[in-house]
Amino acid sequence: MTEKTKSSTKTVSSFFLIIILVTLVLSVSALFYAVDAYSRNQTLNAGYFMLIGLIGLSLSAYMLLQTKRKPSRAAFEMPQVITTILCQKCGFKNVRDFQRGDYIFKETESCPKCNEKMMIASIYREVKEKEK
Amino acid sequence: MLMIPQVSQGLLGGNDLIGWILQIAFLGFFVIFMFYGQRFQLSIMLREVEKHLRRLKFIRDEGRKLTMETIKEIGKSQEDPTERVDQFLEYIAITPQSMDPSGIVWKLEHLLDVRDVRFKDEVKLMAPEADEVQLNNLENTLEAAMALNIIYKVIRHFYILGKKTLSLYIIMQLQMVLPLIMREAEAFASALKAFATGQPIGDGAGALVAAKLMHGHKTRKIAKDIVVATVPLEGRIAHVLKSEGPGGNVGKPGDGIRKIIKETKGKIATIVMVDAALKLEGEKPGEVAEGLGAAIGGPGVEQFKIEESVLKHKIPVNAVIIKEDIGDAVSPMRKEIFDAADTAIQRIKRLILERTKKGDAVIIAGIGNTIGIGQ
Repeated sequence: MTEKTKSSTKTVSSFFLIIILVTLVLSVSALFYAVDAYSRNQTLNAGYFMLIGLIGLSLSAYMLLQTKRKPSRAAFEMPQVITTILCQKCGFKNVRDFQRGDYIFKETESCPKCNEKMMIASIYREVKEKEK
Repeated sequence: MLMIPQVSQGLLGGNDLIGWILQIAFLGFFVIFMFYGQRFQLSIMLREVEKHLRRLKFIRDEGRKLTMETIKEIGKSQEDPTERVDQFLEYIAITPQSMDPSGIVWKLEHLLDVRDVRFKDEVKLMAPEADEVQLNNLENTLEAAMALNIIYKVIRHFYILGKKTLSLYIIMQLQMVLPLIMREAEAFASALKAFATGQPIGDGAGALVAAKLMHGHKTRKIAKDIVVATVPLEGRIAHVLKSEGPGGNVGKPGDGIRKIIKETKGKIATIVMVDAALKLEGEKPGEVAEGLGAAIGGPGVEQFKIEESVLKHKIPVNAVIIKEDIGDAVSPMRKEIFDAADTAIQRIKRLILERTKKGDAVIIAGIGNTIGIGQ
């Protein structure tokens, strides 16, 4: 792992995909043989083939899952931060998303109701329990 | 289809060939795992570390990108700040020698002062158009990017070292601490975003309490980046201090408290320090707790100064803490923490009523980074 390491966009090699495909084909054939053997009352053979087929199937499924790497988050997710602007005189409240330059106790625009200067009363983010 | 019985007989004929193959395979596995089991374990651990390292690199690179964008947007510099930012991310500060610990606090304070001045100068060069508040925020942003860079490089160092030496113990230790380190890195990533936009962070809980108490009263500068207001509170005279906002600042509250004590000739009935503190798992964020002692984090210089001053005049120091985890402390302030400021104020009022007499002078110090919080 050096600086050259590719991140989430790393592609799966075709050789690896061929191995998975071959394992898958062989496992399906083994299952097919198992069914055939069972229909001929060769239960022991059917059992062996079934075992081989299932192991092969689960192996190829596991390998396929491994190749499907979770992509990294495309960019930093910005949490939603709420700014509450309050009129000290009439109690008018304006709730909006945070904007650069906002800070608690900053005087902002005039109140649309009483024309008094409003003030940023709070800036916070709300966290849903699932996020934690 | 006619071939099937022949194939199966060939495989499993009277000699039970499959059984033999399975037995040999089992023995083979046993022998291989006996000799190479540790190698397998090592490669599994290395893959796990590699996955985390990839994530750390992504966080570091995104952090650097965001820092660069913010500097370009705010600073409006004529020249490209990329090289300067990259140099800044590699900045180191060598801690003072502690073989003779006497006087080390002042050596450390001097080093931190020089570092602070140097950082501010660097940021000014990167962003000449930025005002004082933006400079402080940019400095904080760069420090968070620097922390992410260091975390990535240290983990990469141990990863490569473990891979080179094939030492199970190096890799094992790394794998064991990585979940905690990842939490810290994610926290710094959140901090970086908050600093870049100037949003209040969880660590500012103490500063918010002080800001709420001093709002509407005249403030004056008492120490470096520290403001104080004299506020009547429950019949007492409260000297409320905090770092000067709304830029990202922690200031020097130790100097502030020392100066107030000097101005009042030591006639302070009690000191109440309010700060955010790390909660234990299972505790709710925003829980308020009380205690004794100087509630202040950092390298310890400010705590030392406060303890020295109060000892001289035998002033009791009370602590009110607002609990939060490391992620909350450096990411945009949660509603629970914001609401906890009012609970903390109630606790301070009760504490003052119970521990002091009418007309007494008290100091209330709101500790923490005041980014996004005015006064």
